[in-house]
Amino acid sequence: MEAKERIAYIVVSLLASVAIVSVILIFVFIAKESLPVFFNPEIKKEANLRIFFLTRDWQPIGLEPKYSFLPLIVGTLKVTLVAIVVALPLSLGSAIFTAEFAPRRLREIIKPIIELFSAIPSVVLGFFALMVIASWVQDIFHTSSRLNAVTAGFALAFAVIPITYTICEDALNTVPRELKEASIALGATKWQTTIKVVLPSASGGIFAGIMLGLARAMGETMIVLMVSGNAAQITWSFLDSVRTIPATIAAEMGEVAFGSAHYVTLFFLGLLLFSITFIINYIASILLERTQKRLRGER
Amino acid sequence: MRFREKVYVFFTALAVLIIVGLLFYIIFDIVKNGIRVISWEFISQPPREGMTKGGIFPALYGTLLRTLLMLIFVVPVGVFTAVYLNEYGSGKNFSKWIRLAINNLASIPSIVFGLFGLGFFVLFLRLGAGLLSSALTVGLLTLPLVVVSTEEALKAVPNSYREAGFALGATKWQVIRMIVLPQALPGILTGAILSVGRGMGEVAPILFTGVAYYLPYLPSSVFDQFMDLGYHIYIMTTQSFNVELTKPIQYGSTLVLLILTFSLNIIAILIRSKMRRGRLG
Repeated sequence: MEAKERIAYIVVSLLASVAIVSVILIFVFIAKESLPVFFNPEIKKEANLRIFFLTRDWQPIGLEPKYSFLPLIVGTLKVTLVAIVVALPLSLGSAIFTAEFAPRRLREIIKPIIELFSAIPSVVLGFFALMVIASWVQDIFHTSSRLNAVTAGFALAFAVIPITYTICEDALNTVPRELKEASIALGATKWQTTIKVVLPSASGGIFAGIMLGLARAMGETMIVLMVSGNAAQITWSFLDSVRTIPATIAAEMGEVAFGSAHYVTLFFLGLLLFSITFIINYIASILLERTQKRLRGER
Repeated sequence: MRFREKVYVFFTALAVLIIVGLLFYIIFDIVKNGIRVISWEFISQPPREGMTKGGIFPALYGTLLRTLLMLIFVVPVGVFTAVYLNEYGSGKNFSKWIRLAINNLASIPSIVFGLFGLGFFVLFLRLGAGLLSSALTVGLLTLPLVVVSTEEALKAVPNSYREAGFALGATKWQVIRMIVLPQALPGILTGAILSVGRGMGEVAPILFTGVAYYLPYLPSSVFDQFMDLGYHIYIMTTQSFNVELTKPIQYGSTLVLLILTFSLNIIAILIRSKMRRGRLG
């Protein structure tokens, strides 16, 4: 009897530790494959930090491969910016409507419908963007190429909206009723209360929602791979084709020789992406926790 | 409410309308163009003539197989992680670390999972690029869904049930196995369904861990390469030599994938809302 209990406890604990072990392994293995950038003299000649951040071209195939991260970083930032500019007003507006103004019945319909958005696989969103959104963008902006940062960013917004919406809506909902009632009692209208009381109280949660949306947009692969045009270039225009970090990894990893400079560089890109999203996620979770504590009246 | 405020509120309602409208437009466009293609032949036949004709059977088969394989891994791990968090480890430091790890897994970009799968499962563990490596990689990605869903269900089991079990002389493990887990079954089911719905549509994690462009035969072991529905859509739209010619097939494949993932998610939503209503009495 005693032994059976102990075995059950040990097995459960072991299975529970899989998540921790995986996160550590993910970091260790991606770091391990990208370490030659610092330590392998052969690889360092072709791929090192100076080349990554101080040159301008990404041309991995050719007699003289060029591995600059700058065009990829610029591309990633461009699509992410477009995605947030499209997604933020829509998701925050919807969150305000559902949390503050919609009747309860309506609210219970809207929420699951918007959350259903996240059930669409990204390859399906990418496909839709390729078939439909790309043509919209071309018609509106009269661009030469259908696939550019605006198309990709617009499509990415679909992936960002459910995340930002859900978190913003939750944040608005955790604002205590007493706060709103106090404001209404003082003669403020519902809208004034929403803008001057509810939004500021929930600002931490809203900010966390934006950050997690950003992280999602930066890390999304299939959508950008299909509709960004995949041209690694540094330009100011959002209507030029771009190439992002995840799309570069996805498109090129299948064809590299194991252990080559190109292989190591792609893993290093993965490490960069992992670190950025890790940091963003960490900050967002702290923000969320703090807002919730404050709203519950703890310090 | 003053007129100006009504206008503001109207704009927030408009945001909802735009989002919901876009969602329905996506579904409408894919259903409209895809429905004409779908037939029994499309589902049950392999591609023919350089993938310009025929069906999607091997891709569908590969996707279902790798998802099934994923379930075998992700359900026990996810369920027992939740059991640990809710039954054994509340308040313990170890639980805090597990939660942190789960949160993190949920936020790692899917392409990073792909890199990890290549570095760890394919190369380090020498599982090779195939069904098993892909299933494990995608399993890690969907693990948080199972944990969160199961934990919610475990929390909903009233403490008095556990106490009744203990009072009858049952041990902790017996209480978990015979009282808590059966009560939490709908939540576990929801988690499993959600993870399948999510896992099926993921393409980035399987790019380097086992998916193949085209295979003339079906995979016969878990180490074999496979074709995949999502990947099929991707290559047909971007790598195919005649994108226009294969457009109907692309729409058909997309519709099949959308139907699979959507119906699973809707089932999960229904189970969950039924569960919540049941709890309120």
